[in-house]
Amino acid sequence: MELLCPAGSLPALKTAIDCGADAVYVGLKDDTNARHFAGLNFNDKKLAKGAQYVQDHNKHLHVAINTFAHPGEQKRWFNAVDKCVDLGANAAIIADIATLDYAVNKYPELELHLSVQASATNTAAIDFYQKNFNIKRVVLPRVLSIHQVKQLSRNTDVDLEVFAFGSLCIMAEGRCYLSSYFTGESPNTVGACSPAKYVRWQETDNGLESRLNNILIDRYQSNEKAGYPTLCKGKFIVDDQLYHALEEPTSLNTLSMIPELMETGITSVKIEGRQRSPAYVEQITRVWRAAIDSYQQAPQRYQVKKDWDAVLANVSEGSQTTLGAYHRDWQ
Amino acid sequence: MKLSLGPLLYYWPKQTTEDFYQQALNSDADIIYLGETVCSKRRELKARDWISLAKALNNQGKEIVLSSMALLEAPSEVKVLKQLCENGELSVEANDIGAIQLLSEKKVPFVCGPAINCYNAHVLKLFVNQGMQRWVMPVELSRDWLQKALTDAQAMGIREHFEVEVFAHGHIPLAYSARCFTARSENKAKDDCELCCIKYPQGRITSTQEGQQVFVLNGIQTQSGYCYNLLNDVESMKGLVDVIRVSPSSLDSLTTVQQFKQQILGDQQIIKHDNLQCNGYWHQIAGLSLQ
Repeated sequence: MELLCPAGSLPALKTAIDCGADAVYVGLKDDTNARHFAGLNFNDKKLAKGAQYVQDHNKHLHVAINTFAHPGEQKRWFNAVDKCVDLGANAAIIADIATLDYAVNKYPELELHLSVQASATNTAAIDFYQKNFNIKRVVLPRVLSIHQVKQLSRNTDVDLEVFAFGSLCIMAEGRCYLSSYFTGESPNTVGACSPAKYVRWQETDNGLESRLNNILIDRYQSNEKAGYPTLCKGKFIVDDQLYHALEEPTSLNTLSMIPELMETGITSVKIEGRQRSPAYVEQITRVWRAAIDSYQQAPQRYQVKKDWDAVLANVSEGSQTTLGAYHRDWQ
Repeated sequence: MKLSLGPLLYYWPKQTTEDFYQQALNSDADIIYLGETVCSKRRELKARDWISLAKALNNQGKEIVLSSMALLEAPSEVKVLKQLCENGELSVEANDIGAIQLLSEKKVPFVCGPAINCYNAHVLKLFVNQGMQRWVMPVELSRDWLQKALTDAQAMGIREHFEVEVFAHGHIPLAYSARCFTARSENKAKDDCELCCIKYPQGRITSTQEGQQVFVLNGIQTQSGYCYNLLNDVESMKGLVDVIRVSPSSLDSLTTVQQFKQQILGDQQIIKHDNLQCNGYWHQIAGLSLQ
């Protein structure tokens, strides 16, 4: 089972490889990827260096081209595919059908992974992408239970990649427009959810307030830890009850599920977080490497170690983790 | 321009639903979409009931289309989808790419629903080749985006092969989750939800701590807090849009269809929107804005 780690910068990429990632995924410095943030991602020069580093260490490089091509501007997405091939990347992670079509016709040898943003959650959808674009792998949205993941794995010969750790999208990825409803910008169209330029923090008599495009997301008292105002993780009121109406600030953590994921035949476990620091990448990669190795050495005796959990909790949103949709109780 | 009634997004008792569609037959809608698109546990009308209701409404002067579910997770849900695709008579609105796969295999013409990520003319061309007859633009896109996509479609020689439909009135379906937010709002687990959506025929309103209405919870679907309303934008749709969609929320929606009809016919009136309405997406600004 491949350990696939995020790299938002060259130092993060090197750290991931040095700490035991089997593969890293990166994005270009434009809106062709779903982490289009200032100061993040790779220009041509950095990308060439990164690709070389990955190759020198016999690891794999995946390039995320996972937003949707704007009409009249498709060239930018197609160029991203060209770059991916020129670099000798091992796979392109693509969401847009136009971009998949371009890639499969121009580069039949390029390994195509269906991005989570394409939102393929069932065998019929996976069939569509396999038959039309010969995808080799599908990254599954974080809406499926482990039971449903197992059912899928029995019914398709496309490789499955699942999210194993990181910020938790609670909506079917690629089909969530909450961010553009609040700000005009969404992951699909500009490559960002709840973009930082719309975030405002304000000390008020009611506590510290976080706002997104002036809409109140949350209020924190002095003893509470404030989190980034991702809009689905705010506190809202339903019928006089104030609570996290959609989801608490929490991260996905599936360390305890490694045996099940292995037995299900999952090809790759993906760590979320291209927007995070090299320090995050280092800690997560080390823990996951140790956990996978520990399982492989003695599957029967596999147990999540306390210090692994402690490290992960420390880098999690709200210091909390969950099994998310994999576990029916969460749903 | 034609008018459509989108699929009913809420969970209503069987009788209420059937009564609504009987009334809809007498409305100004040219096209009626029907079927469960949100949650497979909602079974006041089972798939076969939806199909028979749709067939009963057919050939009475309206175009009838069966709508499929947006988020398909379980094999049982794909089975229901197959049932819809094999109805043998009516076209289907595909709301998941899996539906396009099944429909194109069976050569059944289809409508590409708003929950499918079709953002440019290249994708439109591919879908046209697979049997798409109408495209409902993703809800977050603007007039400007539509115009550009259609200019490309024209250049590719496919513009005449499909109609364009725009979601123009109602609370906008914005997201789909594994989690049921209505059950969560009642402190119930999804597996033990007691089908509580039926208690909220227009969803559950969700507001910020300042009282701003931001979402409507509708089972696993999250809708816009404000009601999308493009009544004042009909003029700017001319030449681009073939079908205007009204998303039903009550019998009042049939009156809304009538208002759109009047706008199309030329009695252009500027309707004053209240502050719980929005039209931002069409104007390429935040969806909840009103211009």
